[in-house]
Amino acid sequence: MNVETSVRVEDKLFYNRYLVDVGRPHIKVRAHTKPSPQLLALLKVCPARCYELNDKGQVDVTVDGCIECGTCRVIGEPTGDIEWSYPRGGYGVLFKFG
Amino acid sequence: MIEEKFDAIVVGAGMSGNAAALTMAKRGMKVLQLERGEYAGSKNVQGAILYADMLEKLIPDFRDDAPLERHLVEQRFWIMDDRSHFGVHYRSEDFNEERPNRYTIIRAQFDKWFSSKVREAGATVLCETTVTELARDAHGKVIGVRTDRREGEIHADVVVLAEGVNGLLGTRARLRERPKPDKVALAVKEMHFLPRETIEAHFNLKGDEGLVVEAAGTISRGMTGMGFIYANKECISIGIGCIVADFQRTGETPYGLLDRFKRHPSVAPLIEGSEVKEYSAHLIPEGGYKAIPQLYGDGWVVVGDAAQLNNAIHREGSNLAMTSGRIAAEAIVQVKSHRQPMTAANLSVYKKMLDDSFVIKDLKKHKDMPMLMHTNSQNFFLTYPQLVSRAMQNYVRVDGTPKAEKEKVTLKSFVNARSWTGLFGDAFRIARAWR
Ligand SMILES: Cc1cc2nc3c(=O)[nH]c(=O)nc-3n(C[C@H](O)[C@H](O)[C@H](O)COP(=O)(O)OP(=O)(O)OC[C@H]3O[C@@H](n4cnc5c(N)ncnc54)[C@H](O)[C@@H]3O)c2cc1C
Ligand code: SF4
Repeated sequence: MNVETSVRVEDKLFYNRYLVDVGRPHIKVRAHTKPSPQLLALLKVCPARCYELNDKGQVDVTVDGCIECGTCRVIGEPTGDIEWSYPRGGYGVLFKFG
Repeated sequence: MIEEKFDAIVVGAGMSGNAAALTMAKRGMKVLQLERGEYAGSKNVQGAILYADMLEKLIPDFRDDAPLERHLVEQRFWIMDDRSHFGVHYRSEDFNEERPNRYTIIRAQFDKWFSSKVREAGATVLCETTVTELARDAHGKVIGVRTDRREGEIHADVVVLAEGVNGLLGTRARLRERPKPDKVALAVKEMHFLPRETIEAHFNLKGDEGLVVEAAGTISRGMTGMGFIYANKECISIGIGCIVADFQRTGETPYGLLDRFKRHPSVAPLIEGSEVKEYSAHLIPEGGYKAIPQLYGDGWVVVGDAAQLNNAIHREGSNLAMTSGRIAAEAIVQVKSHRQPMTAANLSVYKKMLDDSFVIKDLKKHKDMPMLMHTNSQNFFLTYPQLVSRAMQNYVRVDGTPKAEKEKVTLKSFVNARSWTGLFGDAFRIARAWR
């Protein structure tokens, strides 16, 4: 069995505590028709699997499970593919252990 | 709420920010510390090993009440291929000493404690507050910050940027560059809970003794990276990190790597039966000496991970963060005590003091290591581990083959894989980078 598909990231995120800032996502993907290689890389490298392909073949982000590592910023901000900020103070992931 | 002006504003309540805020508050400065997390530590991730010496310099009696897990008595280095590991283990009774040198900690809990010490010293600590921008005067001098908590600016003579590896403020203000994909590693980590006795049995520990495993090899699938396993009192921290550019290049997933590491036959029995309670991820600065940015300017200094002060070769970061935070604070106290303004020229004393410390000296010593590891990752993290494993197996397996023949086979496998020039070249390059 392929390891990658057998790991259920959603289950992992379920262990974590979050305070979601509803309606104010801290990461935005720039509108595009065809995703850049950088944007496509995010589908795999994001540890919370926040990036997904929609049915039009574009990359969407859902930040509810984001663990705020900054990896997508390092890859996607220089090309202008994404806009990245921290969540508002107090919102986002709340590590109990870290 | 905050109309008055502060002597210093510290952005971030991690290792470096707490060290800086504590040092300045203890010296009577009026300090405001801002942290975006719900509490200090709620955004922070570490392995985590705490180095006592650097904390003693800030809080000499920290052992009385700090939330420490286990003191380390054993260090294991593993070179792994898919089915084996070859290890160097160092364990000594000397580490069962009155004032142990290294402890495992749980970072979120530790930071909460550290932050309580900062408050006790007299600093004002505001959590749930994200600093959104640096405030500057007409000449570009940093004069304070803007936050998402209230309108307007909060002013101070100097701002200490202890904002961690992402360093959004400093990069947005063009004080330094955004970290590049080949200069940072992404690490993912899980906390596995087990009864105390089980952990002690799995790792051959008694009482509060602790142990660390650091592992490299085929677990990183040819990328530059390392796995780690740290024994805490009632849980095990397990994780793996690789350079972001390598993830980008290979299309490997971080959770796929972690899963594979956890299922490795040498690792699985250690965490068997555990309950996972958290999954986290964080970047680690890996660029070393050559990636250190400008450390001070008019009205600001930068410390810790934000300044890339991280020794990836030795897995040290929190101690460099604490030390740079403390030294920056001492420099600021010095400038203030001379009644001098917080200009770049006056704050340059921070860099001079840091250059004289182990922080810069250690990073300088290994300045060529990060590049070497990165450009040779296939050899160091895939080819050699496999060769070592085969050599060891050939050595220990008793099957009637004469020893001389066995040695020839081993040598041949190395030469075939890397050639004589390759082997000597690698040895030479490592020796030179280590020197
Ligand atoms: C998986 C892993 C394992 C590690 N293991 C070890 C180890 O065993 N030993 C070791 O010594 N080091 C280790 N390190 C490195 C160590 O964790 C770091 O070097 C250290 O935490 C750096 O401290 P810092 O204060 O510079 O940054 P951080 O600890 O990251 O603190 C930055 C703080 O600033 C806050 N902040 C950032 N921006 C803003 C803003 N705009 N407004 C308000 N607040 C803000 C953040 O919320 C955070 O609290 C490890 C790191 C990782 C990721
Ligand atoms: S910050 Fe990290 S966890 Fe959040 S979306 Fe980006 S890569 Fe994923």
